[in-house]
Amino acid sequence: MSETVLLDPGSERDPSQREPRALPLDLSGRTVGLLDISKPRGDVFLDEIASLLEAEGATVTRFRKPTFTRPAPTELRQDIAEQCDLVLEGLAD
Amino acid sequence: MAAESRYILVTKRDCPTCQLIEPALEELALSAPVRVFNQDGAGFPATAAADVIDDSELAGSWALDVEIVPTLIRYEGETEAGRTEGWDRSAWRALTHLNDLGASLPEFRPGCGSLTRDPGIAPRLAARYGGGGLTARRIDLAPLEDAIETCYERGWSDGLPVVPPTPERVLAMLAGTNRDPGETLGEVPPDLVPVSIEKIAINAVMAGCRPEYLPVVISAVEAALEEPFCMHGLLATTYFSGPMVVVSGPLARRIGMNAGGNALGQGNRANATIGRALQLVIRNVGGGRPGGVDRAALGNPGKYTFCFAEDDDPAWTSLSEDRGFARDETTVTLFAADGVQGIVDQKAREPEPLCRSFAAGLRVVSHPKMVQAADAFLVVSPEHARVFHDAGWSKQRVTERLHELLTIDGSELVQGAGGMAEGLPVKLKGRSLRKFREGGLTLVRAGGSAGMFSAIIAGWGASGEIGSSPVTREVKS
Repeated sequence: MSETVLLDPGSERDPSQREPRALPLDLSGRTVGLLDISKPRGDVFLDEIASLLEAEGATVTRFRKPTFTRPAPTELRQDIAEQCDLVLEGLAD
Repeated sequence: MAAESRYILVTKRDCPTCQLIEPALEELALSAPVRVFNQDGAGFPATAAADVIDDSELAGSWALDVEIVPTLIRYEGETEAGRTEGWDRSAWRALTHLNDLGASLPEFRPGCGSLTRDPGIAPRLAARYGGGGLTARRIDLAPLEDAIETCYERGWSDGLPVVPPTPERVLAMLAGTNRDPGETLGEVPPDLVPVSIEKIAINAVMAGCRPEYLPVVISAVEAALEEPFCMHGLLATTYFSGPMVVVSGPLARRIGMNAGGNALGQGNRANATIGRALQLVIRNVGGGRPGGVDRAALGNPGKYTFCFAEDDDPAWTSLSEDRGFARDETTVTLFAADGVQGIVDQKAREPEPLCRSFAAGLRVVSHPKMVQAADAFLVVSPEHARVFHDAGWSKQRVTERLHELLTIDGSELVQGAGGMAEGLPVKLKGRSLRKFREGGLTLVRAGGSAGMFSAIIAGWGASGEIGSSPVTREVKS
């Protein structure tokens, strides 16, 4: 059976499309994760981003995927979720 | 007259009678316009005289509400003037006014079932072509979205996977009741959102119910919304409790509920999903969720689902009868329940010592020193019930004896007694108090044939007018 349409079981008081979470206006005091996907020279780019974020008052925590060819391991995603308020991930070079 | 008419013929190649009547179709098509809807693909019937349409998607057959193929329908203008099913030569002749029609064919051949009537097809066609009366908001999934994961992400699950509520499944579910999908039953706490039969059907699909369980689920929701059940407070309380559903009467057996071995446990689809459907209605329609308005300190596993059937025990009145209904009526009784506490007595062969064991177990409901607070259900197993039956004790006699044995001297109950700070005000020291309020102790029969174990199901600390009372509703189709 095709499962492309579902009927809402609830009160329908929420929007049917889920909205992305609002971005914070102020970074001071927040922990921002920078995820290096292991592309060459990604670290150089992210070093620059880190210093800009730190100038905004953010604490920067760095993470690195073992390889850009595969999705981030579950443990890495859990580390980021546990430690960070926000995450920036470079998707390509 | 025939020249003013036009005809629609619905066929399928896989039907011998449809193949048989091809000569009659040719004859008819010479006298009037004929359009053929063929259900199983193009190329049949192989006639140039009629307008043959491939109705593999069954849109035409569905719109015409065909049960049998072949079906011949005559129209006068846009109005249906008559129809006949299968091949009945005299009926075809009467419908078409062609007195020589099908002279080479046998007198009569029955038709075959229309593909629109195949098992499971009707809800799909209703969902696709309308007619189901569904009004719930439709959520379109992205091509790679997994429906079960979406249900989690949208907060629709109690933590276990739910069956994705597609329109087809919901329409199939609604076939389990005669009630209008748009009928509103009341407002579900805590958000006080009106709940329709359709919304209950959606949540019943998600819970895993079969359509024949739906009337029980509907009655359970109706009972939960009755004021004495106090569903809002029961949801919001920091206490353990959640709604328990006991089904009493013939429908419980007809839909395959378990009243026997492991009746309070896992493994029976009806028991498991009816109780879960009620919880999902409260979660999804009412917005009652743990961490939100549900403030339970610990909760209990029965808040996933807690539903069982009462065993039919001719020696005792049924729960339906005890609650003012007839024995042959099926009822649901809702109780604001905590978990199950077992009570073992493998020695008693007479009612009195068994009552004393039961009373000792019941004494500790909520706290051994609390009285007139929580209600309780006592689920009596067959081997324990036999002790009472052999001695001729009715359920009412057992209940009354338990009330007597649970009449406790205030000195045992007051604060500080037994070295426990908890207790009643010291001024009640000289009183003698019943553990349970009037009507607060309910006996039901269930369980497997072996094991001298019964079950105490304690209730919410707030019973009666200040909290929840058991509520019973008849189940109607």
